[in-house]
Amino acid sequence: MRSTPLLTWLIVCYAFLYAPIGFLIAFSFNAARLVTAWSGFSFRWYVTLAHDPQLITATLLSLRIAAASATLALLVGTLSGYALARFGRFRARAAFAAAVAAPLVLPEVITGLALLLLFVALEQAIGWPAGRGATTVTLAHASVSVAYVAVVVRARLADAGTLLEEAAMDLYATPFVAFSLVTLPLMAPALAVGWLLAFTLSLDDVVVASFTSGPGASTLPMVVFSLTRLGATPEIYALATVIVAVVAAILLVVARMQSSAGRRDAE
Amino acid sequence: VLALPWAWLGLFLLVPAAIVLKISLAAPADAVPPYSALLRWGGAWLPRVALHLDSYALILGDPLYLRALLLSVKVAGIATLVCLLAGYPMALAIAQAPERYRNALLLAVILPFWTGLLQDDGWVNSALVALGLGAHRLLYTDTAMYLGIVYTYLPFMVLPLYARLTRQDPTLLEAAADLGAAPWSAFWRVTFPLSLPGVWAGVLLVFIPAVGEYVIPELLGGPQAQLVGRVLWEEFFANRDWPMASALAVALLVLLLIVPGGIWRLAGRHLARRHLAQQYLSRRGV
Repeated sequence: MRSTPLLTWLIVCYAFLYAPIGFLIAFSFNAARLVTAWSGFSFRWYVTLAHDPQLITATLLSLRIAAASATLALLVGTLSGYALARFGRFRARAAFAAAVAAPLVLPEVITGLALLLLFVALEQAIGWPAGRGATTVTLAHASVSVAYVAVVVRARLADAGTLLEEAAMDLYATPFVAFSLVTLPLMAPALAVGWLLAFTLSLDDVVVASFTSGPGASTLPMVVFSLTRLGATPEIYALATVIVAVVAAILLVVARMQSSAGRRDAE
Repeated sequence: VLALPWAWLGLFLLVPAAIVLKISLAAPADAVPPYSALLRWGGAWLPRVALHLDSYALILGDPLYLRALLLSVKVAGIATLVCLLAGYPMALAIAQAPERYRNALLLAVILPFWTGLLQDDGWVNSALVALGLGAHRLLYTDTAMYLGIVYTYLPFMVLPLYARLTRQDPTLLEAAADLGAAPWSAFWRVTFPLSLPGVWAGVLLVFIPAVGEYVIPELLGGPQAQLVGRVLWEEFFANRDWPMASALAVALLVLLLIVPGGIWRLAGRHLARRHLAQQYLSRRGV
């Protein structure tokens, strides 16, 4: 059943999703400072961007936080997803599943506020973490991303089934050997996707970071947010164009990995 | 294996929730941290508990807060509806596309989401301005805010719907057609009811974060768009009234538990009815 109205609607929706991005890429090459009138092609905003110490510092900080929090989330999230997919019915499983999934649906302002209050209370009680900054933002992002990693890992393990692991056990593999030689490779694509998901989530977040960060530790989204509040500039557009390009590249790599994993499964 | 996730969840989910609840019951104070202690060691052996319900009284008493909560629910509700109406045909179209295009189409839906939160607000509004949709009059209006929210959350609606729709057995539609159903009635009586779990999932994934949204109303909405996320932010950062912000968070959470609870119950009743119908059919040997 192919229908023209549906296809038309799909095109309209993609136009809705991509018109702003196209516009932004186009105007990042605008020669003038205005973002509404075209006045010639130029790379000048990319040059300005490359020489803006505030944005560069913030970018480096954001990348560091994103990498650290994604790695942390990968560790905890993988264990959680593995437990949910493979442990059958364990004690308080429902509570565990709900607790793992909660950050997916909690509004960011609540997560941010709650984590900040936790860090403040911890600092008063045991003196760690001393003040707020990159460390607290990293922990906060990790605690949000755990949910995403767990969902991805769990779905992958549920799809893969337990057949291969059972076969390995039948062939006298110890549980540890079966895990590292069978389960881990099975999970690998999900681990990569989960890590990247956590990484991009951290790189995108304004609200949680604003709550849990301290003076001198402004992440890139925080800086962009405060700049955008004053009005969009071509420099921000240039930055956004770079980010779109990077994310598109990452997504393509992930898609490749997933489809090749799918093909391996099929074989 | 479970110990680490449990410890992590306890530390970063349960303890913060308890702290928020605790601080929401304290009084604001001009100190660091800016709230009063709940337990005081008085003259007696027992600690005296000093509960302050002032923040909650203010939420219920001052129309500003109630209006913010209601407005947030309204905005999120409308945005969710628009996402559903726009996203359902999208998901259907992608699910019906030839298989080799599906992943690419899906990826194209996700891309703006992954680059989105950071810049969409800035770029949506400028794009709308540039495309001449009402020129500068559109910025800082409710329309701009709704467009921004729909733009940001549309993928959250499309993904669960798509997942559900692709899992459907296409022979069901053929059977409906063989039995003389027009495509439209086959859709309403077969495809749509079977996709309902996806609909509920999408509605929850859009509605709940949208209720607490801060960034979009702040950047695109006008000063009249005082959504609860914005009010909470103001209380916390501008007024430094931590107990009030915490109380708002608790109120929002309670609200969010009630609304999805209602949705779950509706969904549950619906699923239960279908289950009964299936049992009936199987008993009749169908």
